[in-house]
Amino acid sequence: MKLVSAWGRLSHDLHEVQALTDRTAVASVLQAHQPGLAFGNGRSYGDVCLNPNGNLWLTTGLNKFIAFNEATGRLVCEAGVLLCDIQRLLVPRGWMLPVTPGTQRITVGGAIANDVHGKNHHAVGSFGDHVLGLSLARTTGDVLQLDWLNTSDWMRATVGGLGLTGVIVTAELQLRRVSSPWLRTETWPYQGLSEFFELADASEHDWEHTVSWIDCLAGPTARGIFMRANHMTAQEAAAMPSLRAALAAQNRKMQSKPLRMPFVPPVSLVNSLSLKPFNWAYYQLQKLKSGIDVAHYEPFFYPLDNLQHWNRMYGPHGFYQYQSVVPRAVGQDAVQAMLDAIAASGEGSFLAVLKTFGNREAKGLLSFPQPGVTLALDFPNRGERTLRLLAQLDAIVREARGRLYMAKDARMPRDLFGAGYPRLSEFAAHRDPGISSAMSRRLMEF
Amino acid sequence: MQHIVIIGATSAMAEHCARLWVQASPVRLTLVGRDEARTQCVADDLRVRSPWSPVKVQVQVLTTDFVNAAAIAHTVQTITALAPVDVVLIAHGVLSDQATCQDDVLACDAALQVNGVSPVLFAEAFAKPMVAANRGTIAIIGSVAGDRGRKTNYVYGAAKGLVSRYAQGMQHRLAHTNVKVVLIKPGPTDTPMTSDLKAKGQKMASVEQVAKDIVAGIAAGKPVVYTPGIWRVIMLVVMHLPRFVFNKLNI
Repeated sequence: MKLVSAWGRLSHDLHEVQALTDRTAVASVLQAHQPGLAFGNGRSYGDVCLNPNGNLWLTTGLNKFIAFNEATGRLVCEAGVLLCDIQRLLVPRGWMLPVTPGTQRITVGGAIANDVHGKNHHAVGSFGDHVLGLSLARTTGDVLQLDWLNTSDWMRATVGGLGLTGVIVTAELQLRRVSSPWLRTETWPYQGLSEFFELADASEHDWEHTVSWIDCLAGPTARGIFMRANHMTAQEAAAMPSLRAALAAQNRKMQSKPLRMPFVPPVSLVNSLSLKPFNWAYYQLQKLKSGIDVAHYEPFFYPLDNLQHWNRMYGPHGFYQYQSVVPRAVGQDAVQAMLDAIAASGEGSFLAVLKTFGNREAKGLLSFPQPGVTLALDFPNRGERTLRLLAQLDAIVREARGRLYMAKDARMPRDLFGAGYPRLSEFAAHRDPGISSAMSRRLMEF
Repeated sequence: MQHIVIIGATSAMAEHCARLWVQASPVRLTLVGRDEARTQCVADDLRVRSPWSPVKVQVQVLTTDFVNAAAIAHTVQTITALAPVDVVLIAHGVLSDQATCQDDVLACDAALQVNGVSPVLFAEAFAKPMVAANRGTIAIIGSVAGDRGRKTNYVYGAAKGLVSRYAQGMQHRLAHTNVKVVLIKPGPTDTPMTSDLKAKGQKMASVEQVAKDIVAGIAAGKPVVYTPGIWRVIMLVVMHLPRFVFNKLNI
């Protein structure tokens, strides 16, 4: 038995661990050690990846590529391959993953099972939109070959299916062309949500990537930083001679060891004393840097990947993430209500991210992205008082007919889950009876 | 283009070395494994990883019986007949269970054969054409377990000790040639079994880090590579502990 935690470090539970290393033997391992749950690189925050006192099937050993077509950009790989391995191998060869979340240190299987999204959701949708097919091992010992043509119902259940329909063993992904690793970026400070929505709407057509950081402590005229970016072509990059030296420096950085948070501090470093100056300093710093710039995709997309174990900053009790999406019609009021509730509670969030989603439905039955505006927040775990605030936020999301992101959740009540994910019964028919997680037991029948 | 041969290509350490080699520059690779399907999986992976270049990595997969001397000789002959070998990495082995080996001499025999006799037969078979050509590097994966016999794993340790002594002898014999013999002694290495989990107590090296040390050690032609390097110090202490202290330790 081994102690395993999710990225939020809210609990440390014993698990019976089986490492999957041979893709041809996955189904037989599942059959021999069930019930259980697949575990990738452990970057989901709550209990979606945990199965306390039960079996956990580690997938990071399934890290082989299988085939890549340089002409079409179709990649077949095992499900434990990390997104950073794909990016670092194939960006220099002109291909990139169309969708990546705020970290590239996650597995392909985890990205599919949580149908993750990125800063370009409004332009290209979520991760599942670019999965062409996959193979799924079931605890019966069978392996299903799935695609959108013949088995679309299984694909819809498995994309965003939280690992509950089987274990994803291999996947075929459609990559997108990029001719340089550079992005042309713009950074603009804003005051208040109206300004945010104006910026977001104005950027939707001409900018592939949009995102904003918001200072959730600043009160009614919430200030924030809006960022948008487009990929640069090789010609555009070649026109800027300084980028050659910058790329060499970035490559050296990618080769060297990243900084790491070496230990768990006795109290959360993110706390009521530190947050105000943190947020103030971050805002002022970004404001100074505002304007037009060029950025390498790694620091732009994955800023926190440069600090290993950053989740330790929240101290021994861990932290909650809270990401909601609410429909656009009520979006501004709902987000303002959440910010007001946070300000009134005295709790606060450092990694607060506000983004508009595109007007498209995700393919998965339990996929998170839907048209509207999404707000992601983090709160150090201070027990009852934190949970009280989260319950207040639940009420706002429920009234706005929104939903919460399962990859981040550790405590949403069943009724909010049911209201947010109305296709649950359709999903339930595809579940593998030999697979169950702490989250599935909390929110579903088993 | 370098011709690199890997014996036991499905071992995690060997596989990660191969990934580093193909990413650095195009090489000609020959993979030898026991299980053809699994060795093919490794080959496919390396084909995708090999950076775009006019020359693609050539991967040849051979299967052989690792404990049959005649089969070993035949395999090595086949490989060296195709193209001269620049580097051979001998990486196969089975982490045998000490208790089983003590209980059953047949299991003990099998463990000694595959971890001790087999690797040195491969090394000797590759040495012949390399000495004739007066170039090449023979890298053998031993273990820190081979440095001093301990009750918890002396069967595996003795086999690896045989490898150490054999490599030492070959180094002495080939000291005045251009053929290099590199003995690699990894400490306990993080396998997928323990990755990203809270490994309580013992700190383990990542297989990526160990592979980096192996590739660098082979490039430099070092006679002995401890990886991670701290194990050189640890084993120096363990080897020199007086018996009355050593016998009290539960290691």
